[in-house]
Amino acid sequence: MSTESETVVMQKISIKGRLNNIFRPMLNAFKTPAGRVGLPLVVLHLLLACFGSFLAPFGPTDFSDETFAQPFTMGAGNSIPYILGTDQFGRDVFSRLLSGARSIILISAIGSILGVAIGTSIGMFCGYLGGKIDEIVMRIGDGLMSFPSLLLALLVLSVSDSLTWMDDFSAFFATGKEPILVIATLAIVHTPRVARVLRSATLSIKTQEYIESARLRGEKSLYIIFKEILPNALPVLAVEGSVRFSYAILLASSLGFLGLGVEPPSPDWGAMIADSRSILVRAPWVPLSPAAAVASLVVGVNLLTEGIRDAARLPTELPQ
Amino acid sequence: MRFALILLTLVVVSLAIFGVTEVLPGDVAEAVLGKSRTPGALETLREQMGLDQPPWKRYLNWVGGVFQGDLGTSLVQDRPVTEILKSRLQNSLVLAIAAFCIAVPSAILVGVWAGVRRGSAGDHTVSVLSLVAISLPEFVTGFILIVILSSTLGWLPSSSIVLPGTSPLARPEILIMPVLTMTAVLFGYIMRMTRANIIEALETNYVRTAILKGLPRWQVIWRHAVPNAMLPTISVVSINVGWMLGGLIIVESVFGYPGLGLTLINAINRRDLPVLQAVALLVAGTYAVSNLVADLMYVWLNPRIRISS
Repeated sequence: MSTESETVVMQKISIKGRLNNIFRPMLNAFKTPAGRVGLPLVVLHLLLACFGSFLAPFGPTDFSDETFAQPFTMGAGNSIPYILGTDQFGRDVFSRLLSGARSIILISAIGSILGVAIGTSIGMFCGYLGGKIDEIVMRIGDGLMSFPSLLLALLVLSVSDSLTWMDDFSAFFATGKEPILVIATLAIVHTPRVARVLRSATLSIKTQEYIESARLRGEKSLYIIFKEILPNALPVLAVEGSVRFSYAILLASSLGFLGLGVEPPSPDWGAMIADSRSILVRAPWVPLSPAAAVASLVVGVNLLTEGIRDAARLPTELPQ
Repeated sequence: MRFALILLTLVVVSLAIFGVTEVLPGDVAEAVLGKSRTPGALETLREQMGLDQPPWKRYLNWVGGVFQGDLGTSLVQDRPVTEILKSRLQNSLVLAIAAFCIAVPSAILVGVWAGVRRGSAGDHTVSVLSLVAISLPEFVTGFILIVILSSTLGWLPSSSIVLPGTSPLARPEILIMPVLTMTAVLFGYIMRMTRANIIEALETNYVRTAILKGLPRWQVIWRHAVPNAMLPTISVVSINVGWMLGGLIIVESVFGYPGLGLTLINAINRRDLPVLQAVALLVAGTYAVSNLVADLMYVWLNPRIRISS
C-alpha cells in the first residue's frame, strides 16, 4: 500500500527534480552580474519573438507610399507612427524587425538544439565506449571542423538547396524550403563541435567512482550514459547550448546577409541590412535598427553564457 | 604523427569538397551549354570535362591535378582557376595579415593589462567592449563603420573596389575599414582569452613565490605569468585563423573587396564548381596548416612536452 504511494511521490520528485536540473544553471546564472544583464535581455528577445506579431502595427511586407519616413513620423491615415521609420518601399521597419526576430530566433534555436542533441549523443557514446569507432568518428569530426563554420555552412546550403526531396520535406512542415535548409545547416555545423566538448567531459566523468560502481552493478551502457553521465555533464551542456545559440544567430544572420537561405520579401535581419546598402546615406535607420537588434540579442546570449559559466565555476573554454 | 593526422584530415576535407560538388544537381555540361545545346555538343563537352568517367576516377584526377598545381578551368570565365585565384589570394592575404598584425599584439597587451588590474574600472570597460566586439557579426560592424566613417564623416570611401591588375596597397585608405572590421572580432577573442589566462596564472604558487622573493612587478608579470598564460592563447589564435577565413567572406562582401571570399560567393551563385572546389580546399588547407603551426608552437613553448619528447 505504502510502496505504491511512495513511488508516486518519487516520480513527482523526479519530474520536479529534472526540470530543476535543466533550469538550475540558468537561474544560478542570474546570481552573477553578467547573467543579471544577459538573462533579461534574452528573455525580452524571446518574448518579442513569441508575441511580436501582436505588437506589430503593420504587416512586415506591407508596402506604402511613404518611403524613407524618419523614425516616429505619423503616416497619413495611421493611428500609430512608424516607430523606426520606413524603408525604400515604405515598409515599417519596426514591424519587419519584430517579424524577423521570430524567424531568426526560431531557426537558430531549433538548429542549435538539434546540433547539441546529436552532438551530445555522439560525443558521450564515443567518449564512453572509446576504441576504433571513437577514433573514426572523431577523425570525421576533425575533417568537418577544418572548414571554417561559415564556409561549411555555405557548402552544405548549396548542396541541400539542390536536393529535390527537400521540397517534399518542407511541404510536410508547411514552411518554405529555406528555413529548413538553414536549420539543417546549423545542426551539421554545430554537431562535431558539440561532440568534441561532450566527449572530453565524458572522459573526465568516466573515471569517477560512481560510474565504476554502476558498471559493477551490471548496468547497461545506455543507462550509464544517460542516467549517470548526462546529469553530471549538465552544466557543460548548458554552457554549450548557450554558446551554440549565439553562434547560430551569428551564422544565420550572416547567411541572410549573403542572401542565402532567405526568400526575398521575408524580413530577415541580415537581408534587411544587405538590402539597405544603397540607401545608407539617405536612411541610416534602416540598417541600424536590425544591426542593433542582432547585436543586443547576441550580447545578451553571450552574457548569459558567461553567467552560466561563472555560476557553475567552469573554466573559460576556447571558442570553436 | 601530427603530419599524418593533418594528411588524413586533408583527405577527409578533399573527399567532402568533392562529394559536395558531386551531389550538386544537373550535369555541369548542361549548365555550361545552356538551353541551346545539341546532343552532340553535350557529349563532346562531357568527354572534355571527364564527366563520362566514374566518380572515383574523377576524384583521383582532381587530386592529382591539385598536386601538380592544376586546379582546373573556370566554367564561367574560361580561364585557369590558378590564374583567377592568384591576385584574389594576394588581396585576401593583405587584408588578413594586416588584421592579424594589428589584432594579436594589441589584444595580448590589453589582455595582460586588464588581467593584472582585474576588477578595476579599466578592466570592466575593456571586458564589456570586447564582449560587444565578439557579439557583433562582421557585417554589422562593417555597416556601422560605413555609416560613421563614410556616410556621416565622409573620411573614407564606402566600398573597397580594387581595379584588376592593381594592388590594394596602391590605395591603402580602402583597406582601413575592412581591416578594422576584422580586427574587432579577433581582438575581442584573443584579449578575453589572454585576460582569463593571466588571471589564472597570477593565482598560482610560482607567481606567489616570485612576488615573495622580491622580484619587481614587471618581472613577475612578464617573465613568470605571461609565458604560462600564452599557451592556451596560442590555441585561440589558431582557431581564430579559421574564424578569420570565414570572416573574410563577409567582410569582402560588405566592402566589395575582390579577395577569396568574394570569389567564393560568386562561384556559389554561378555554380562555378572548379573555382568553388579550389577556394574551399585552399581555405580548409590553410586552416589545417595553421592548426599544425599552433601545435608546434605549443610544444616549443612548453618545456614539459619539449623535453619529454
